[in-house]
Amino acid sequence: MSNPLEDMSKPDVIFCIGTNMTECHPVAATGIKKAVARGAKLIVADPRRIPLADMSDVFLPLRVGSDTALLGGMAHVIARDGLMDESFVAERTTGVPEFLEHIKQMTPEWAESITGVPAADIEQAARWYAQADRGAIYYTLGITEHICGVDNVQSLSNLALMTGNIGREGTGINPMRGQNNIQGAGDAGALPNNYPGFQSVIDPANQAKFEQAYGHAVDLEKGMTKVTALELCGDKIRAMLIDGENTVVTDPDRQHCEHALRSLDHLVVIDLFLTETAALADVVFPATAWAETDGVCTNTERRVQRLRAAVPPPGEAKPDWWIVSQIAKRCGIPGFEYESAKDVFNELCSLSPLYAGLDWDLIDEGRHHWPVPYKGHPGTPILHQDEFENGRGVFKLIDYRDPAETVDDQFPVWLTTGRRLQSYHSRTQTGRSAGIDYLLAEESLETHPDDVAAWGMADGDWCTMSSARGSVRIKIKATNRSPRGTVFCSFSFNDVPVNILTGSGYDPVTQTAELKVCPVRIEPIRDGVTAPS
Amino acid sequence: MSVIEDRTTAELQIDGETVVFSPVETLLAVARRHRREVPTLCYDPRLDPFGGCRLCVVELEGVRNPVASCARAAEPGMVVRTHGEALDKHRKTLLEMVCSENRQIDVEPLSGYASQELAELADRYQARTGRFQGRQSGKSKQDDDNPFILRDYDQCISCYRCVRVCAEQEGDYAISVKNRGFDTQITVEFDGLLKDSSCTFCGQCVQTCPTGALADRKALRAVDLPGEVVKTRTICTYCGVGCSVDALTKGDKLVGIQPAMDGPANQGALCIKGQYAFDFVQHEDRLSTPLMRGDDGELHPASWDDALDRAAQGFLDARDKHGRHSVYAVASGRAPHEAAYTTQRFIRAGFWTNHIDNCSRA
Repeated sequence: MSNPLEDMSKPDVIFCIGTNMTECHPVAATGIKKAVARGAKLIVADPRRIPLADMSDVFLPLRVGSDTALLGGMAHVIARDGLMDESFVAERTTGVPEFLEHIKQMTPEWAESITGVPAADIEQAARWYAQADRGAIYYTLGITEHICGVDNVQSLSNLALMTGNIGREGTGINPMRGQNNIQGAGDAGALPNNYPGFQSVIDPANQAKFEQAYGHAVDLEKGMTKVTALELCGDKIRAMLIDGENTVVTDPDRQHCEHALRSLDHLVVIDLFLTETAALADVVFPATAWAETDGVCTNTERRVQRLRAAVPPPGEAKPDWWIVSQIAKRCGIPGFEYESAKDVFNELCSLSPLYAGLDWDLIDEGRHHWPVPYKGHPGTPILHQDEFENGRGVFKLIDYRDPAETVDDQFPVWLTTGRRLQSYHSRTQTGRSAGIDYLLAEESLETHPDDVAAWGMADGDWCTMSSARGSVRIKIKATNRSPRGTVFCSFSFNDVPVNILTGSGYDPVTQTAELKVCPVRIEPIRDGVTAPS
Repeated sequence: MSVIEDRTTAELQIDGETVVFSPVETLLAVARRHRREVPTLCYDPRLDPFGGCRLCVVELEGVRNPVASCARAAEPGMVVRTHGEALDKHRKTLLEMVCSENRQIDVEPLSGYASQELAELADRYQARTGRFQGRQSGKSKQDDDNPFILRDYDQCISCYRCVRVCAEQEGDYAISVKNRGFDTQITVEFDGLLKDSSCTFCGQCVQTCPTGALADRKALRAVDLPGEVVKTRTICTYCGVGCSVDALTKGDKLVGIQPAMDGPANQGALCIKGQYAFDFVQHEDRLSTPLMRGDDGELHPASWDDALDRAAQGFLDARDKHGRHSVYAVASGRAPHEAAYTTQRFIRAGFWTNHIDNCSRA
């Protein structure tokens, strides 16, 4: 997030797109509810009528995967109606003439033809956001899990640059991170293109720095992403270490994933449970869990915070860092003589410019947002206040692209996937916590009541849902939360392994899977047999 | 930035002491900042002033009756008294009436964060006199068998903190009030069950309840476990918001979670997952030893020594047979920094490749 969580109650206009925040980040959503109660305008763009939509001043129910058209249409209106922040654009950005030329054709009527959102609503949303004293954008995986995820983010960035809604309190471009330490995993260097602190691996200065730190020549090229690695399992990739990820359930195209992991010569998994992924391993190590592990995590607002152990681990379970260090030592790799999580974290701080001003003791109360460039620096709650990292903010020219697969006669319904309030990812944790089943015992396919009737089914009936990659059995739930022609379910329940269906395509830059769009066919199950539609 | 711009226009007297206040402060806030022990029951610093319980009354010079300090803005020149015989008697009488409302004053501390407030005040003001014993308001909702929130309104004193936290803090408006006087009943829509209302089971009502009328059913499972409740401050394990929580333990057992009211990311708020979904930690399915795949194709328990040797050898074999670029690692977005950092160092320093990623692409 460019801005801290406490800013969420401060904007005049809030634009939420592709974020089901009340279910996936409920505590963050309380800030937005407070802003709305205070009179802030709320714009919500989502294919589904999510709870946030019920609180909105304007709801933009766009067709799945059409975000760049919606955002291009909004940019067009802002430019057309003279609502740009001219001084911000002049002082802080570059590339505006080309951008304005590019969006000239993106009329709200054109956007309506692609998104299905009425042009008048697109205009209203654009005007409110542009005229806000403090306009803030919030988004989640509904923006990024597309083949055009990067385009979507850059389209949002264009809107913020046009209107100067960045670098100030209560504004910004704010992605909500989904896992407790997904930000930290990147901060710590678990990326194929970056060393710790997002230092590029192809920058010679950084290479020299890590060569010195690790006492050996480093690779001069970027590594491959996990998506590519899974493609090449059994071919170029022969041995894999997976720490705390239930890859076969949470990644797209489950059959492909299972096949990939089975093709390895050697798979080592570190986890809390014998997950579907751990069950494929040659060696499984028991890790200490949350509440058993001392360590550090960084949240979505870049706040660096301490995790503290409260109970002893079961049996012989050990912290992940200890397990990895022991494997490293037995591989003969020097430099893994850590005695505590503190040793590891302090080494990270010594190598990351973002954490240079931090150490284990300084983060005790979680006061710092990175970057913290030197000791004594108070941290940086708001990014881009005076300038952007690379100087000026660059307008990007984005064209609308169709999703990797679009609906047709064979697969005529859009499936979009996501999460629910009561369950978390593949339920390895929430599914083992007493009481959660009382509220959410099984998965269901949220379907518009008209579609349920048109498909000859009733609420609670079972159906077979198929994509180009496979089929699952799922119970129908009639609800107006889904628009006609689009269905929704989560990937949380192992008995409805919806990621058998997904995996139609990937963003070319980030290789993030298009988990939000998957054309499917839905057929009723009668007397235990799938009836042809 | 300074909070107090001009000292001369921001002074008042508390118990004879001249103190400075900032423009947005209430008399209660000023008094507590200057370490006056002003009692409250309906007050939660995260919520709008309510002025229901009247325990926070103070004497204000020039005003005939005591005023509720939680609902009175501080003004320059005010002369305030926070304690004295008359005030103490007033507060004791109010507490005697409040105490008469409830089946019991002492409740299990596992009930919730604020659950001891009434008992503490009853002791401080020696209000356990039974002076007004008789009619009570509120009736337990015994048919609500949800596994999270006990609704024992026999213990309710109608402070409305649950109603207000649900509306103001959560924006859910699930809890409401029915009737008035002795017929007052905290309820939800159609007098129904929480699961049929707009309740999201965030547990905020439980944690703000000062009497244990709303109580944490999951934590109460551990009532009979021996030992004191110990709180350990940590960060929630679920989404990226990073809410501060206190893990409640008795001995080696994790028994509950309470929100950290001063948590920088959450200011006391939590959701159902952070509040209640913690049993996985000490679940019987947890792995407790390393496992190795045997010749029979199955995974079997193994010693650390054997398992570490086998794990290391597999990576070395791949490197020797297929080159250093044949080794890959995926770090967790759920484990701490130290896990991700050592994993990337393992790959970069050990195999001289950048074949490392985390689970953020799916």
